[in-house]
Amino acid sequence: MDLNLNPDELKFRDELRAWLQANVPAPFTGKGGEEEKGEHFDYLRAWQKKVYEGGWAGLSWPKEYGGRGARLIEQAIFTEEWARAEAPQLINVLGLSLIGPTIISAGTPEQKERFLPKILSAEEIWCQGFSEPNAGSDVASLGTKATLDGDHFIVNGQKIWTSMAHVADWCLLLVRTDPNVPKHKGITALLVDMHSTGVTVRPLRQMTGDASFNEVFFDNVRVPVSNVLGEVNKGWSTAITTLMNERAHLGTGIYVQFKRNLDQLVERSRQIRRGGRPVSEDPVLRQKIAQAYMELEIFRLTNTRALSKMHNQSVPGPEGSILKLQWSEYNQRFQQIAMEVLGPVAQLHGFDNGQWVFNYLRTRGNTIEAGTSEIQRNIVAERVLGLPKSY
Amino acid sequence: MDFDLSKPQKLLQQSARDFFVRACPPEKVREMMASGAAFDDALWREMADQGWTGLIIPEEFGGLGLTLVDLIAVVEEMGRASLPGPFISTLWAAALIDRAGSEGQRKQYLDPISMGDLKATVALLEESADWDPDAVQLRADRDGREFRISGRKDFVNDAAVADLIIVVARSGEDLVLLPVDRNTPGISIIETPAIDATRKLYSIEFDNVSLPESSALAYNTRVREALDASTETAMIALCAEMLGGMEWTLATTVEYAKTRQQFDKPIGTYQAVQHQCADMFLMIESARSAIYFAAWALSENDPGARLAVSVAKAYCSDAAREVGNRGVQVHGGIGFTWEHNLQLYYKRAKASEIMFGDANYHRDVIARKVIDETE
Repeated sequence: MDLNLNPDELKFRDELRAWLQANVPAPFTGKGGEEEKGEHFDYLRAWQKKVYEGGWAGLSWPKEYGGRGARLIEQAIFTEEWARAEAPQLINVLGLSLIGPTIISAGTPEQKERFLPKILSAEEIWCQGFSEPNAGSDVASLGTKATLDGDHFIVNGQKIWTSMAHVADWCLLLVRTDPNVPKHKGITALLVDMHSTGVTVRPLRQMTGDASFNEVFFDNVRVPVSNVLGEVNKGWSTAITTLMNERAHLGTGIYVQFKRNLDQLVERSRQIRRGGRPVSEDPVLRQKIAQAYMELEIFRLTNTRALSKMHNQSVPGPEGSILKLQWSEYNQRFQQIAMEVLGPVAQLHGFDNGQWVFNYLRTRGNTIEAGTSEIQRNIVAERVLGLPKSY
Repeated sequence: MDFDLSKPQKLLQQSARDFFVRACPPEKVREMMASGAAFDDALWREMADQGWTGLIIPEEFGGLGLTLVDLIAVVEEMGRASLPGPFISTLWAAALIDRAGSEGQRKQYLDPISMGDLKATVALLEESADWDPDAVQLRADRDGREFRISGRKDFVNDAAVADLIIVVARSGEDLVLLPVDRNTPGISIIETPAIDATRKLYSIEFDNVSLPESSALAYNTRVREALDASTETAMIALCAEMLGGMEWTLATTVEYAKTRQQFDKPIGTYQAVQHQCADMFLMIESARSAIYFAAWALSENDPGARLAVSVAKAYCSDAAREVGNRGVQVHGGIGFTWEHNLQLYYKRAKASEIMFGDANYHRDVIARKVIDETE
């Protein structure tokens, strides 16, 4: 066991740190708090272009496709340094972390040449059309259908919870191409131009008031057969590749963000007084803050352990399967503790920019998105512990 | 970077697992817990032959001189077997002697501990049941060139089998560490029957016990430092033992869920049962992350080690109990019986939760570090 970085890893970190120091832009202060709209979107798109030109976009992608071929530990270092430098996120995150790697593994040479560079530079923004109103946890039961008409598929149906669809130029879309076979065997993955005739995007407002998801309707949308990713009716395995690309190193960024929230709360607990003393001296709330610290620290360590296992053995260890449960459920507990520590001001949209009330509400989504807690527990029970399938 | 046991550590762990499956099956545990002191001399000798009684003791004192990470790899297996006896107690005492003793005292005590010829424990707690050494009241007054001890220690593990008892006492204002032979005149050892019969607790009464002044290991701040450091070592070993116990409970529970049929299906088919097991797994892997890191941080003298140990103990204290709760629940009626071995692990988990401070105690330590000391 050795948790120190080796000389190569240190060199990588120092190089990146220096680049970030020289290039991270001043925080966005213009109008529009939501990241995927208006000036803020332009700001983020310009930032990704700069990152691309600096050679840091597509860190994990092979060098031949414009990436850096970085190994997993370097990806984790990258995410950590990124968060520490408070660098803005990369706007084309779905393209970079999910869709690009899927095109690299399943795409034709023409598709790779056509799509990959513009994912890296954020010239084309991508979204992912998997979930439907009646296909949530059970994605394979999706009903959006595509029928062949000459050298085109005609797509009809509806997707939902589609992040970024309102700004996306392209969509990795799962459609049913054969309704007469078992559900996993009739699915095809299509690369769909979101500017096509018949595509309608309707923003979905969440309980936070933001609209970062969408409903997307497809009404006789024509997609060239050359835009099939992988093989017709083999889309499920293509989708699995995408889902597997939900990389472990994403946890590192989540950690840094959560740690910042915790540090902020500790700071606030010293300033807010209740019952004649700072909240930081309240024995019950001290216990709760300590519990949060402990849980977050254990998430960090488990994430590092999972990364290290992947890095050294190229297969995910069982510890990786609990990360989603750890961070999502931690964040819900933490935001509740924050509410208790802050007291009545916590509910105000005008206090700390409304971040606490926003986060408190936003965390309800954490145990639903990217696989519900129930699905995560099913996966642990069946695939890790070997219990019989329940469905 | 490698956040895992190394190949040699895994081999060491596997050999420990094989050893305890053979040498300490549940029938053996029950036999030992029914005996007076929950101890078996032949088993202890065998463990000493493997080098485990001196695993982290420096080679110059007859030990293997290995690291804490090597140690926890073995202790995890002791927990899986619910090994009775004074291993953790002796480890704590040895770490204390190693930190506090003179060269001569270390030689005197650590050599026989390594060889398996000496078992030891630490008498810290008193009626106040406070883990903070500042709470120690037991008097060891000077009388010429001697200390005279009168009073009582409580919650001492394995005192009936420990040949040597390291007594934490107060002389004037100062703390003093006094190694005492169990058979010294004036000492009475009284069992205080408690929840875990595999690791028994005792009170020790001192009736004007006299000890030569030269026997003291350390005074004052050195006592505090040595106690803190040795307790961290023993505590992280205890956590590893708890981890092994949790793993046994999960493996046994999953096996039961796969075979026990209700409504014509294995109960492990039902998500209500699956999710209990998944939560147990989550707690176990979380505990492992915390323990491995704390052991590594301690072995590297990392400045964050003390906090890491409290994180590990706070988490394991709650997790070991909760894993036991879930295990009993999934087993249903059979899990509540004396006959089923779950009870051995369930009770050990509670006793270990309390030992060296429970989750509340360690969250308080964490709060001091992350709230007060970051100001």
